[in-house]
Amino acid sequence: MEIVNAIVLLANYVLVPALSYGSQLALGALGITLIYGILRFSHFAHGDVMAIGTATVILTTWGLQSVGVSFGILPTALLALPIGIACTIAYLLVVDRVVYRFYRRVRAKPMIFVMASLGVMFVTNGLTRLLIGPGEQRFADGERFVISAREFRNLTGLAEGLALRSTQLLTVIVALIAMVVLFWFLNRTRSGKSMRAYSDNEDLALLSGINPERVVLITWVIAGTLMALAGTLYGLDKTFRPFTYFQLLLPMFAAAIVGGLGNPLGAIVGGYVVAFSELGVTYAWRRFAGYFLPPEWIPEGLMQVLPVDYKFAVTFAILVLVLLFRPTGIFKGKSI
Amino acid sequence: MNPTLRAALLFGLVGLALLFTGFNQSWTLALTILNMSLISAVLALGVNLQWGYAGLFNVGVMGFTAIGGLAVVLVSADPVPEAWSAGGFGALMGLALGAATVLAAIAVWKRFPKGRTRVAALIATLVIGYFATRFVFAPAREAISAVNPATEGYLGGASLPVILSWPVGALFAAGLAWVIGKISLGLRSDYLAIATLGISEIVIAVMKFEGWMSRGVNNVAGLPRAVPRPVELQGYGFVQSMSESTGISIVEMASIIEKLGYAALFSVVLIILIVLSELALNSPWGRMMRAIRDNEIAARAMGKDVKARHLMIFVLGSGVCGLAGAMMVTLDGQLTPGTYEPLRFTFLMWVMVIVGGSGNNWGSVLGGLVIWFLWVQAEPLGRGAMELLTAGMSEDNGLRVHLLEQAAHTRLILMGAALLFMLRFAPRGLIPER
Repeated sequence: MEIVNAIVLLANYVLVPALSYGSQLALGALGITLIYGILRFSHFAHGDVMAIGTATVILTTWGLQSVGVSFGILPTALLALPIGIACTIAYLLVVDRVVYRFYRRVRAKPMIFVMASLGVMFVTNGLTRLLIGPGEQRFADGERFVISAREFRNLTGLAEGLALRSTQLLTVIVALIAMVVLFWFLNRTRSGKSMRAYSDNEDLALLSGINPERVVLITWVIAGTLMALAGTLYGLDKTFRPFTYFQLLLPMFAAAIVGGLGNPLGAIVGGYVVAFSELGVTYAWRRFAGYFLPPEWIPEGLMQVLPVDYKFAVTFAILVLVLLFRPTGIFKGKSI
Repeated sequence: MNPTLRAALLFGLVGLALLFTGFNQSWTLALTILNMSLISAVLALGVNLQWGYAGLFNVGVMGFTAIGGLAVVLVSADPVPEAWSAGGFGALMGLALGAATVLAAIAVWKRFPKGRTRVAALIATLVIGYFATRFVFAPAREAISAVNPATEGYLGGASLPVILSWPVGALFAAGLAWVIGKISLGLRSDYLAIATLGISEIVIAVMKFEGWMSRGVNNVAGLPRAVPRPVELQGYGFVQSMSESTGISIVEMASIIEKLGYAALFSVVLIILIVLSELALNSPWGRMMRAIRDNEIAARAMGKDVKARHLMIFVLGSGVCGLAGAMMVTLDGQLTPGTYEPLRFTFLMWVMVIVGGSGNNWGSVLGGLVIWFLWVQAEPLGRGAMELLTAGMSEDNGLRVHLLEQAAHTRLILMGAALLFMLRFAPRGLIPER
């Protein structure tokens, strides 16, 4: 019984939250890694484009709510999602047309692309704040819990409760579907194969008649979908604030690098590695240890390795470890 | 046009814009802009050292600026004797133990033969070191925070002259840069970017939450000034007579003279740095750096140690950023860790360097002056633009109210547009590299 209680406790505070946070990071990191693989630059505007995509979802959600549309027990934002995805893709395509296409044509160095993405980051950041303001927005509705801690306790008779919020379950399911569809697309369809070919060897792909502009277009469409998904899920699960999304850049990049930049499977694994370590290191293990250690052994402190304020330090530490010992990431990424 | 003439003309324009601000808005505002512009110019010089000379992409400018600012507190604030007696020894011991742990871990990694034992020994060292450090450090930290928490609750500084903190700030930033550079230079260029982005967030987190050192989010106010305060200046005879002869009120006159004092100090620093940078750029060392930047492989083939040279310039450039950070905190007279944000302290510096002209010191300085001026003045400009845009709507139109409320954010759009525009149409900047 002790052990079951301990596992439930851990699941409630670490495993379930980390699984949903990790899925959100993985979706973001997938976008980063795809853009890196195909367009060959680090997309610094990623967090901010996610924010503007989520902002369009939120505005649509409010619009739907004001005319009385709801999605039953599911959040209304899911209904708004297709519009948000379309807006994000449209935004990315306009940006590509106005900014990046020129540099592709003159075959600029990757660093110039990165600089340009800094400019896009500024503009997007300003647009998001202009659109929805810099403050916090909540837009989650529908059923809050799949099972609340109290229901769980009543149901199982355990001392510890396991709360499963509907947004967490939703995040994991949606992320799973997105990943399966993405891998099916990359491995089974002609367009997906041409994308992988282009990513592996640009010149060879061009020689075999692959249209580079088409590959780039598909990349932006996929990346935009992933960004809108990741942003909306994160906003539903936690809250939406433009600055928080900007700050997601670090864990998302860390996830992509840890997994191996340019490698989609790596991005997913990296996302979960970052999320689980972040929550595991900042979790207070005292109560968990209480189930195993005799009472006189339990220390007085919280048994927290680092305070929550240092969650960036955890991300950074993983990044440094990978840079030191395996610079190409867990799965072999590209190196330019 | 002759490049020198063009540069002189552009600098003249910035001067005119400041004069215009002075006549039309207020001289205090013009001088406030000028002072921050000068600091921004120093920062831009630092970024240009790294990017323009060596092609290193540092997106952690905020962290180096902040750690330079921390130096001001540690050097010039008054020490808190009660806190020192309560936990000073424990805090120092804790820091020493932490450093010893890291050194021991490095030694283990270097000395042990490759294999499982090495990994096990490394983990054991780190775990034991972590718990030992924490055992000594945590009580000391509690004790220090408990000393008079409303105004103190930290160890305080060394009570030395505030100007001394500027070189110390540069040293702090340089030390931090050395550690980051050691880890991430020599790998792919993007890695340095992500590593610096991460470390700058961590520096801010440490400054926010390690209250024993810098009072964290409670801020350290009332730091010693480099120039007498306006209140003191009002008592000086020459200030009084200047106020009478110009007809400006004594309060405003004192504030103007204080700001002029800072402007003079910052100008001295900036001029020294420009002279040094120009000498370095045109020396054999500068030519070597640019050779490495333009063709790393060729430079390596010529026998240049690219990684060591990159580390050197990364440390130098970050040191300049630390210096500017210390100057900024001195100007404000307070350390407020909560106000550091990456867009304003890191990415804006990049806009300055790109717009001004990367690889050219004068260009970066000009970029610093121009962009800071725009950054401050874009707010009223944005509001004006929004009012013009929404003029056709009624006063209480929801969209109009919303747009006017958020008008301040148009400056972000303006900065991004400036960066994109320059990158596209004048990638070499306002004053191109020669």
